[in-house]
Amino acid sequence: MNGWEPVIGLEIHVQLKTRTKMFCRCENVWGEEPNTRTCPVCLAHPGTLPVPNKTAIEWTVKLGLALDCEIAERALFHRKNYFYPDLPKGYQISQYDVPLCSEGRFVVPGPDGDREIGIVRAHLEEDAAKTIHVGGAAGRIHGAEYSLVDFNRGGTPLVEIVAKPDVRSGEEARRFLQLLRQTVIELDISDAEMEKGSLRCDANVSVRKAGEEGYRTKTELKNMNSFKFVADGIAVEVERQIARYQAGEEVMQQTLHFDPQTGTIAPLRSKEEAHDYRYFPEPDLVAVAPPADMVERARAEIGELPAARIRRLEAEVDLDLAYGLVTSGRDALYARVPGDDRRAVANVLMNQLAAAGVDPAAVDGAELGRLVAARETIPRQTFLDALGASADPDFTADPYLAETTVSDAAALDPVIDGILAANPGQVEAYRGGKEGLLGFFVGQVMKETQGKADARVVNERLREKLNA
Amino acid sequence: MIDTLRLTAEDAAGLLERGEASGDELADAYLDAIEARDPELHAYLHVVGEQGEGVPIAHKDVITTKGIPTTAGSKILLGYTPVFDSTVAARCKEAGLPILGKTNLDELAMGSSTENSAFGPTRNPWDPERVPGGSSGGSAAAVAGGLAPWALGTDTGGSVKQPASLCGVVGLRPTYGTVSRYGIVAFASSLDQVGPLTKTVRDNARLYEIIAGQDPCDSTTVELPEPVAIPEGEDLTGVRIGVPKEMNEAEGIDPGVSASVNAAIRLAEELGADVEETSLPRSVDYGLACYYLVAPAEASSNLARYDGVRYGHRAAVDGDLTALYARTRWEGFGAEPKRRILLGTYALSAGYYDAYYGQAQKVRTVIAREHAAAFERFDVLVSPTSPTVAFRIGEKAENPLAMYLSDLLTIPANMAGLPGLSIPCGLSDGLPVGLQLIGPQFSENALFRVGHALERALGFDFVPERLR
Repeated sequence: MNGWEPVIGLEIHVQLKTRTKMFCRCENVWGEEPNTRTCPVCLAHPGTLPVPNKTAIEWTVKLGLALDCEIAERALFHRKNYFYPDLPKGYQISQYDVPLCSEGRFVVPGPDGDREIGIVRAHLEEDAAKTIHVGGAAGRIHGAEYSLVDFNRGGTPLVEIVAKPDVRSGEEARRFLQLLRQTVIELDISDAEMEKGSLRCDANVSVRKAGEEGYRTKTELKNMNSFKFVADGIAVEVERQIARYQAGEEVMQQTLHFDPQTGTIAPLRSKEEAHDYRYFPEPDLVAVAPPADMVERARAEIGELPAARIRRLEAEVDLDLAYGLVTSGRDALYARVPGDDRRAVANVLMNQLAAAGVDPAAVDGAELGRLVAARETIPRQTFLDALGASADPDFTADPYLAETTVSDAAALDPVIDGILAANPGQVEAYRGGKEGLLGFFVGQVMKETQGKADARVVNERLREKLNA
Repeated sequence: MIDTLRLTAEDAAGLLERGEASGDELADAYLDAIEARDPELHAYLHVVGEQGEGVPIAHKDVITTKGIPTTAGSKILLGYTPVFDSTVAARCKEAGLPILGKTNLDELAMGSSTENSAFGPTRNPWDPERVPGGSSGGSAAAVAGGLAPWALGTDTGGSVKQPASLCGVVGLRPTYGTVSRYGIVAFASSLDQVGPLTKTVRDNARLYEIIAGQDPCDSTTVELPEPVAIPEGEDLTGVRIGVPKEMNEAEGIDPGVSASVNAAIRLAEELGADVEETSLPRSVDYGLACYYLVAPAEASSNLARYDGVRYGHRAAVDGDLTALYARTRWEGFGAEPKRRILLGTYALSAGYYDAYYGQAQKVRTVIAREHAAAFERFDVLVSPTSPTVAFRIGEKAENPLAMYLSDLLTIPANMAGLPGLSIPCGLSDGLPVGLQLIGPQFSENALFRVGHALERALGFDFVPERLR
């Protein structure tokens, strides 16, 4: 960065998985036939009125408490006015100057210790409907032949979290987002799936000279629908801004779109067209006063936060593995698996067990511990088979541990000799310099021994015989 | 032979109870009257003529009725047929009141003469050259002209009370929050209320009893603190009546109006009331200006949903989205809604919000406090409902400010969320004069009691002279 400091402010939208929508009784569900989950209220028929979803309010309070926010005694809903086909009322019911949650903080463990990211606010609003622009370029409205609107998503509850510009890199943004996602999943309030759009992230990016006070012009990065794109998009934009300043140019305030295919950034629309949203208090609703018992119930439902668990695990494994375990929801199983080599336990959980696709919650930790301890002495395929079966209700490691690797050269030699005798052409080719064929012979031996041969011994014996 | 001009809703209920008329006969009598007189009066936009066993009713055409067109007097809703009932329509249906039809109004309830209807003006049954008042002019004219035993209107700045006054009938604007707004085509959400228009105060109390009470579909409603009492006595002993001098001596009050109102006040004293002069200086000075910031601001947002995308009028446009919006709204809205959308958009704009909408909300609090202070000393405040009797069609049509002044005396209590009852108290130049009774929140029973006692003592004949 040679003296430049990135300044990143994140805005995250989390779609709540309440049974019904935010202001009507329509089912809140993803992936159904378009316009089958609608009613006069969420289609904004004349005279309809919003009725707030209590569960959505309670869940927002819960998230606010997890973000160490202050909970407003009397929060207000406001109308945010603008015209667009995905907004049937011509305004979105959102929150403005008195959100449900404000002034919080979220700890993000990093390579240089804990980083505390300030939370400006977490507020509740209704989502817009979904528009599909047909014809024209890249699904944009400009140049489209026509547009379709699916109101199933219209009016579903959405929490917007605005973080202070405390994040300092794309990687840190990724960690923030991963931790936040894990937090909402553990609070059981959202699916938080970026591909489905139930977790969305925009980033305001600027850079400044180290030590510089205040902020320079920021750009807004939109529609980054994976953790990797968030990290990469921010990194690319930071580089772009630094390069501009170094070339003596200015950075323009604009909204940008990161194309993960090409790794490039393009303007989405100019900020000059910024709307005047004409916010005013929603007269169809009264102030929301979360009752004390609701707040306390929400508080009681919050367990130990992911960041705290990462900090504990980091001492045993390393930061990346700790993040991996916690943000994949595998750290509870990790704690149940005995064994002195903690990194090995973590690696097996994050790699082979994850690949086996078993439910970590169903795995017997003690049995898994025995498998991990024996992973060097039982055949690899046996180990993988055992992991695949480890979530079965009556799983025991015993039959798998009974199968040991064949590492006795005397037992392997006849097999190896047979393979070499059966493949004279390949032997000649190897001896003629095609040493890559060694893998072929190893594979044949493993096949013959059903994977039980010790690969290290097989390699040794094959080399010895072929080079003889 | 049923004389619909003379028959009150209570009389009609009596005919049904005693078996002297069937529901069908009753409805037919009104349909005959409509056929005879509505071509001249144009009180109805849509005659339904439902048959049933109860006393039939007419609904102002902002009241959503399932399966029955609801236009709000605007071309923007031409072709729209609601798929649901408003709460008040549903309550009337449950009470067994068949719908006679939907009544005319100023477009989207914006106006004081019903001349702003996109479908032509309604005429005053007392003098067809004159307006019936507005915006619930169709409902008031229907009741006064014997075209409905009772009707519902809506009142934002005086739209029930003022036409009641000009047509010589009884009109109640209830306490804000006592009657559900669900399914009422919204004008200004923080002010809109549904209210009954009837021939007598007792009819009014009976209809209010049917429509009032908390509604889970409208978050701003509350349960009535006490049941509705149908008034009986004629004695006003101990009732403390305040006469705000600004509201009784305001510039522009016709001498004939003052004379009738003063006579009614003297009569109240004779019936035992303690009458004393009082003052509401700021409410009268600032009420109208304040109203013309708050109401258009909310209207500008409430009318945003009429965009041509989902229902109602849609312009034939080959252009882009903005052209569709602009053309649809240009064609669909008349001059008054356009004027108020512009005013309201301006009042909510960035940089103007604090000076206009924000300031108006503060003034509103001042008006509420001024009224609350008065109600420490008085049970009821009285004034003319309208400064004038019914004016000629076209007389104020070209002068919006003169038209706005029609609501000078009804607006202050509305801004404070207070109930107001207008009863006819005499004639001036052969045209009805209305007396406005204002009470503290939830004082409808007191207003009915005072209104009923005065009604008996005044002996006003509600049948228009030319139709007797």
